[in-house]
Amino acid sequence: MNTNTDFSAIEKKSQRNERIRKIITYVLLTFWAVIVLFPFYWMILTSVKSYSAYNSEYVPQLYTLSPTMQNYFDAFTAVPLTRYFLNTLIFTVVTTLLMMVVTVLAAFAFARLKFPGKDILFTLFLSLMMIPNELVIITNFVTITNAGMRNSYIGLILPSVTSVFYIYLLKENFEQIPEELYKAAKVDGTSDFKYLWKVMIPICQPTMVTIAILKVIECWNSYVWPRLITDDQAYFLVSNGIQEIRENGFGRENIPAMMAAVVVISVPLIVLFLIFHKKIMAGVSRGGTKG
Amino acid sequence: MKIVLQNLTKRYPNRNKKIKEDVIAVNNFNFEIPDGQLIGLLGPSGCGKSTTLNMICGLEKPTSGKIFFGDDDVTDLPPENRGVGMVFQSYALYPHLTVLQNIMFPMENLKGKDKMTKEAMRARAEEAARMVQIDQLLERKPSELSGGQQQRVAIARALVKVPRVLLLDEPLSNLDARLRLQTREEIRRIQRETGVTTVFVTHDQEEAMSISDLIVVMEAGVVQQIAKPQLVYEDPINIFVAKFLGTPPINVFEGEVKNGIVYIGGDAIIKAEPDSSWKEGAPDAAPGAALKDGPVTIGIRPEGFDPEKDGELQCGLTAVEVMGRDTSIVATNAHAANGSIRTIVNTEELAEVSGETVNFRIKPSRIYLFDHETGARVRCRFTPLR
Ligand SMILES: Nc1ncnc2c1ncn2[C@@H]1O[C@H](COP(=O)(O)OP(=O)(O)O)[C@@H](O)[C@H]1O
Ligand SMILES: [Mg+2]
Repeated sequence: MNTNTDFSAIEKKSQRNERIRKIITYVLLTFWAVIVLFPFYWMILTSVKSYSAYNSEYVPQLYTLSPTMQNYFDAFTAVPLTRYFLNTLIFTVVTTLLMMVVTVLAAFAFARLKFPGKDILFTLFLSLMMIPNELVIITNFVTITNAGMRNSYIGLILPSVTSVFYIYLLKENFEQIPEELYKAAKVDGTSDFKYLWKVMIPICQPTMVTIAILKVIECWNSYVWPRLITDDQAYFLVSNGIQEIRENGFGRENIPAMMAAVVVISVPLIVLFLIFHKKIMAGVSRGGTKG
Repeated sequence: MKIVLQNLTKRYPNRNKKIKEDVIAVNNFNFEIPDGQLIGLLGPSGCGKSTTLNMICGLEKPTSGKIFFGDDDVTDLPPENRGVGMVFQSYALYPHLTVLQNIMFPMENLKGKDKMTKEAMRARAEEAARMVQIDQLLERKPSELSGGQQQRVAIARALVKVPRVLLLDEPLSNLDARLRLQTREEIRRIQRETGVTTVFVTHDQEEAMSISDLIVVMEAGVVQQIAKPQLVYEDPINIFVAKFLGTPPINVFEGEVKNGIVYIGGDAIIKAEPDSSWKEGAPDAAPGAALKDGPVTIGIRPEGFDPEKDGELQCGLTAVEVMGRDTSIVATNAHAANGSIRTIVNTEELAEVSGETVNFRIKPSRIYLFDHETGARVRCRFTPLR
């Protein structure tokens, strides 16, 4: 009888501890969520403030009582934002597709084929990762300019159709596929290409999806390279467009219109991420634990 | 379909790049595998079994030598044109495909007149699945199957194209003991049913003994002996084969032959006389060496020892281990290969054993002499001293 009461006391105590721990966790998480989400709120808030209201605020207001959609209208009329959108879409889709093809084939060659100098070539490839991006951009700029490919899709796309890191990631993944699977496929007369298409790619699908999505995000957000290589509006991407809108105010920067453009541009990426975030995580953690 | 291997040799550049000398994985393999038989290719790890199998399959090109299927020279044919089915140690199932898709995979590559419709492929795959009794599992993924079931899928996939030759590379070594026994019976049954010439690679002597029609014992790329399972055990061609087969292993002694008597240390063990039916160098004679006086290596199977008070071989008694039906006597002898011997005796004979020492009589049918230098079997007959 004694033990019974003891047990219930212990149980109560542990329940209380459990509740306190939960409360602390939630408070911390909420705090964190506010920090993370605040910039988004600020972006949306600014995008619905009118140009004059925004510029007359001496202390930025945390809310607005007269939201307006005018900025969205301005964003699309001040500059050809639709055109930029289209450019970005073309740039992103083509770059990602080409990069997937190049990366898969290169990773396959490094993982499966035997050719002289393979190890040295791969080491050289990896050492490329050590070179800072800025340096590469300078040489790329010279190359593309000399080739007369400024202000063209090909000039925009060409430098991004390969990625040493993704080749490395995919090669590691391919190499985890057991040798015996390849032998089994060979016994059945499967060609190398069919083996790649029917066996390797499906098995490594999580990594492929991750790479594709990361590349899409990278393309969508790219700024420095498109800015350098284009000065013709017809080839601007949205990132350049935002900059243009900002410079389009009446004597002052038109921040609300710019924020409106940013909102519009971010939506596709956020949607993409929400749809695929489980797969992205799967691919990353898989590469991590097995590689 | 008989398979002929003619002077089959495979050299690899050494994996350790510092060593210039090639590795000879398979050295001058000659053998004619009779039609419809199950051949057990037996040898320790790294002796060239897989390499041999891969050459028969077509995954590896021989450095020299030829391979015939029936009368066709297939040495230069790629695997898909040889009509072989192969089962791998780790099953090698495609993890992203269902069982049915796995079994259908080999048929999808057929070209030209062999091309099959989806329905025909499906029917064939189902038939193969039924043969290995996995027709209930067709829609599962390999990861949802037990090891034994996965191995059956692999066998069905190898059989689905009705191969002329079935090759299995250590197909049971990833299974647990009970499943191994079961699956091995299964393989035997399927082989009998289909009558397909089969080569079964294993490093497990018991496995090879139990299912093979013929056993090929290999060591360091060289074929040591090809014979029926029982003969490999009872009539080993050299010390390697004698040591490799049998559990517990054969007991090896350093001894001597003097005036037709075999000695271990000072103990005269048994009388030996040249085998009159065997002539050294005769074309049809089994390889071996002639009996002569001098040092000799002696092999005695564990069951070749009779504990007896006045037995010829004197040993120190270490332990008596009762293992169910049999009893094992562990004893010491200064001339045994590692100082101790292990015998298997009937439990009734145990009355004779007690104290510090034990004496054994040696059964003439369980003792073998091997050449001291080459390890070749010395061809002779034994008779007891008394
Ligand atoms: N691709 C290769 N390159 C170099 N050496 C190899 C290669 N494949 C096998 N070998 C060597 O050949 C020998 C036989 O190998 P293998 O046929 O796999 O043996 P088993 O199957 O009997 O264990 C081993 O010594 C192995 O190291
Ligand atoms: Mg092997």
